[in-house]
Amino acid sequence: MAKTHVTMTVNGAEVEGLVEPRTLLIHFIRENLQLTGAHIGCETTHCGACTVDIDGMSVKSCTMFAVQANGSAITTIEGIANADGTLSALQEGFRQMHGLQCGFCTPGMIVRAHRLLQENPSPTEEEIRFGIAGNLCRCTGYQNIVKAIQYASAKINGVEFREAAE
Amino acid sequence: MIPGAFNYHCPSTVADAVALLSSLGDEARPLAGGHSLIPMMKLRLATPEHLIDLHGIASLKGIRQEADRLVIGAMTTQHELLASPEVSAAFPILKETALLIADPQVRYRGTLGGNVVNGDPGNDMPALMMTLHASYRLEGPDGVRDVAASDFYQGAYFTALEPGELLTAITIPFTASGHGYAYEKLKRKVGDYATAAAAVMLTMANGKVESCSIGLTNLSDTPLLAEAAADAVIGTGLDDDTLKKASERAQEIMSPAADARGPVEYRKHVGGIMVMRALKRAAARAA
Ligand SMILES: Cc1cc2nc3c(=O)[nH]c(=O)nc-3n(C[C@H](O)[C@H](O)[C@H](O)COP(=O)(O)OP(=O)(O)OC[C@H]3O[C@@H](n4cnc5c(N)ncnc54)[C@H](O)[C@@H]3O)c2cc1C
Ligand code: FES
Ligand code: FES
Repeated sequence: MAKTHVTMTVNGAEVEGLVEPRTLLIHFIRENLQLTGAHIGCETTHCGACTVDIDGMSVKSCTMFAVQANGSAITTIEGIANADGTLSALQEGFRQMHGLQCGFCTPGMIVRAHRLLQENPSPTEEEIRFGIAGNLCRCTGYQNIVKAIQYASAKINGVEFREAAE
Repeated sequence: MIPGAFNYHCPSTVADAVALLSSLGDEARPLAGGHSLIPMMKLRLATPEHLIDLHGIASLKGIRQEADRLVIGAMTTQHELLASPEVSAAFPILKETALLIADPQVRYRGTLGGNVVNGDPGNDMPALMMTLHASYRLEGPDGVRDVAASDFYQGAYFTALEPGELLTAITIPFTASGHGYAYEKLKRKVGDYATAAAAVMLTMANGKVESCSIGLTNLSDTPLLAEAAADAVIGTGLDDDTLKKASERAQEIMSPAADARGPVEYRKHVGGIMVMRALKRAAARAA
């Protein structure tokens, strides 16, 4: 099958490659670009571990062909840290609030939460839970992930984070 | 989980897409959001030789008002429906339903057009489109035609879409202001297809139902309009007996498949409950 030439901006850098049309975006990102932060959990559009941000949308990159992303701007977990290399508010939140255990879901969770906070910088707990419904975590029970996102939201808004009483 | 090989085409006009579909024949499929098609291709349940990506066709996007109707381009995503003030104002039920479909990631990609034309009985929008008296604009080598949603579905994955035809837009006539609405969906978990779901649109006058339309999702090979059930509530105040009667009339036309979501009896049972709940909630919202 003839290969197609694709170019895209990934984490701010122009990249290009030759792909078979059937190449899934997650495979292009992990194998061609060697960015292995986005994970393959289920490969069936359920777990969200493969989530990347494409032109301002959270997308499960196991359910998109690389050719469909031609010309787009993509952010993966590798592009989430602050420009000076320090942790972003979300990354810091996951660390401070123990938002991860094994860490497998974390790249997808953070990339998804990043878009959620761009669209809604002060989400309620319910909005956070609804907003990350496409990302499964087998370890944490979600409680600390929610807190991590609340921590980041507070930090972004310049207010002090207070854990809700349990 | 690697799909079969295919050739990729990315036309920029409807005419080019239709020409490609006609010349490539049966082995070509349109690609919209890909969130029904790509999973099928990964399982090799679909093995198209050509995919015609519709993303480059600007005219398939957007939501606009035309006289007494809202026209929604086929490539409008579920996320865009949720963000649209026009949709929220005129058809809050469309928003309520879109929020019950899958999860945020799927809604950013999945399109209204792909959802209604797919023909999967589990899709939520088809029954809603029937309830709203929507019609589909189909464009093919022989020109353009409009087909009512209620005439479109023939069986699981069988629809009135002819080879070579593209769905370009969904047209929904505006409804009376002050209508009541509800989409009730029972699902096993977030992101699941319906075990059973019911859409209700109604108007009330002096505490009595004046007009009513009821649609059913995943309770047969195709979406259903429960006309006898809707007739049963006209002129009533939706007392318990009437709700029970409507539920029974709706159950008479249900023929769900037995699958992981439950045996036939269970799905009909909860289907009836969805109808009652949707009727009650719609009535409470009617002005
Ligand atoms: C995890 C998960 C959960 C989901 N849950 C639900 C749910 O609860 N409810 C629900 O309704 N859906 C659900 N979906 C399906 C989702 O909503 C799909 O996005 C939708 O069914 C199809 O839209 P699409 O744009 O992705 O179409 P595609 O997958 O691109 O296309 C679907 C079919 O329609 C054809 N097609 C698409 N557009 C056109 C057109 N304009 N003209 C002619 N043919 C066309 C394609 O050739 C293909 O055969 C779920 C999907 C996933 C992955
Ligand atoms: S790997 Fe893509 S959703 Fe699980
Ligand atoms: S931390 Fe292990 S899956 Fe989420």
